[in-house]
Amino acid sequence: MDALLALWDGAFGSSYAFWSATLVRATPLLFVGLAVAVAFRAGVLNIGAEGQLLVGAIVASSIALHNAGAPRAVVIVAMIVGGAAGGAAWAGIAEWLRRRFGVLEVISTIMLNFVALALLSWVVRGPLQEPSGIYPQSAAFPEASHWPFLIPGQRLHLGFLLGAALALGAWFLLARSAAGFRVRVVGAGARAAVSAGGVDAQRTITTVFLLSGACAGLAGASEVGGVTWALYEGLSPGYGYTAIAVALLARLDPRWVVLSAVFFGALDAGAAAMQRDAGVPSVVGQVVVAAVVLLVLASGAVRDRIPRARAAAPEALG
Amino acid sequence: MDALLTPFLEATLRTATPLAFAALGELVTERSGVINLGLEGSIVAGCLGALVVAGAAGPAAGFLGGAAAGVLLASLLALFVITLRTDQIIAGTAVTMLGLGLTGTLYRVLYGVGGAGLSTPTVAPYTIPLLADIPVLGPALFRQTAPTYALYVALPLIAWWLHRTHGGLALRATGERAESAVAAGVPVARMRWAAILFGGAMGGLGGATLVLAQVGSFNEGMSAGRGFIAIAIVVLGRWSAWGTAAASLVFGGAFALQYLFQSTGLDVPYSLFLAFPYVLTLALLALLRGRSAAPAGLAQG
Repeated sequence: MDALLALWDGAFGSSYAFWSATLVRATPLLFVGLAVAVAFRAGVLNIGAEGQLLVGAIVASSIALHNAGAPRAVVIVAMIVGGAAGGAAWAGIAEWLRRRFGVLEVISTIMLNFVALALLSWVVRGPLQEPSGIYPQSAAFPEASHWPFLIPGQRLHLGFLLGAALALGAWFLLARSAAGFRVRVVGAGARAAVSAGGVDAQRTITTVFLLSGACAGLAGASEVGGVTWALYEGLSPGYGYTAIAVALLARLDPRWVVLSAVFFGALDAGAAAMQRDAGVPSVVGQVVVAAVVLLVLASGAVRDRIPRARAAAPEALG
Repeated sequence: MDALLTPFLEATLRTATPLAFAALGELVTERSGVINLGLEGSIVAGCLGALVVAGAAGPAAGFLGGAAAGVLLASLLALFVITLRTDQIIAGTAVTMLGLGLTGTLYRVLYGVGGAGLSTPTVAPYTIPLLADIPVLGPALFRQTAPTYALYVALPLIAWWLHRTHGGLALRATGERAESAVAAGVPVARMRWAAILFGGAMGGLGGATLVLAQVGSFNEGMSAGRGFIAIAIVVLGRWSAWGTAAASLVFGGAFALQYLFQSTGLDVPYSLFLAFPYVLTLALLALLRGRSAAPAGLAQG
């Protein structure tokens, strides 16, 4: 009971808990949850949000550390663009392997997660290591690269706003535009989309895959720019995997991803408080996340939405 | 040369053993038409199950504990995929997350946060007389631990069972064309349940091998992607038992390379070795493309 109270207090117990813990932890989940939701809608099983996030963080960090006195707005925009490009490039490797060689994206994105971890481990000991060369982390970012806080005295930062805007934009595009229609059609069954609708399924899948990676890359940029102001190895406690739960709980609908991310952000903030105050290990959060995924699956709520477009992949397996 | 080659081959076989266990299990699962992305969860569950049971009842029982823990997680996947008919890929990913989270939590509950150094005695390598005297290969092949020897027996058995028995034929039919299998009177759902549980047991044994024959302790997430590599190994092995074993050796070699380089003292960044097995997986998957050998019904149900 004490543990549950601690969880609630840590997430919603005070205005600081909500604005500076829950929403700050929800921010990366918002980006990666959106990345997964959009990809799944088109039948792209991108399990690589974790790696795409890390590469986005690496690119954004190198921009922040080498900004050479540019104005703050320019640096931050460059970090946003760079983070998105990094994530998209990392997703692009998986998409290239799928299109060119028919490598199943589930396997390739998971492998690329491990490669990204190794890449991060290398850059914080090599090119981006702090000047003294002792610790495996970057130097602290110059202030010109810190993303602005949204509310005085609270830690909620620009990233959340950006993520929420992106989610609403994605919802609008998916639900209302011709491009969104193509995504949904391809997701529903690529062969039918090609033969009946004249939709270029491969092109749609490539676009969605890259956008999904860009979105996950933004999560990394937003974490280093808005929260840590430095690059180090333990940057993501598995946000990219929690993303699957975030997306599924939102029934792959970008609008609901915002709420779903806040829910998991609260869980995360609460779990941290629970560990601090009641000594309950915070890995419990991971168990809850997995349980949510399984429950959503079992309830059948997403059954009609998780497309079968794997058949669209050229030589879908192998 | 022998001074370098024999230890490298020995390390290759040792590192390949947990991978081969998991991959052979996954082979049987995939031949029934199910892809088990929860395999990573079964492996890490096997790690913890082995540690706990070995602590109470010795290493031999530890292997059984590992297998049982692997089966437990796999049964969850089977429940979702076969009984509830949910998406295999997502259910599998969730099972892996559950395995990683549960083992981390349980380990801390059982041994406390300070339990990081907790270790269990590992089984010693056993030298097979005469055979181990064969130059170069002998010591590498026949100075191994019990799990590796168990694979020497299990591999031909699995290959024989898959291709030369009624049960194996029924399993392959289930994976190729479930409708025809049903028409021929094969209990498809039961077949798949059994294949998934077998895959879980083998994954659990792979985890147990990691703990009881190699590391001697448990770390959170110590499976380190071996479950996913095992799935790639099955693809590279063209869904055959012997091919799977050969591909496992390739990956054992990739992991063992770091020992080789460390002993030569070349100055190569450690992170490079961390990435190597995963990059190799991607490269080999791309080079050996084509799904001709995949069970036709894989991940369709």
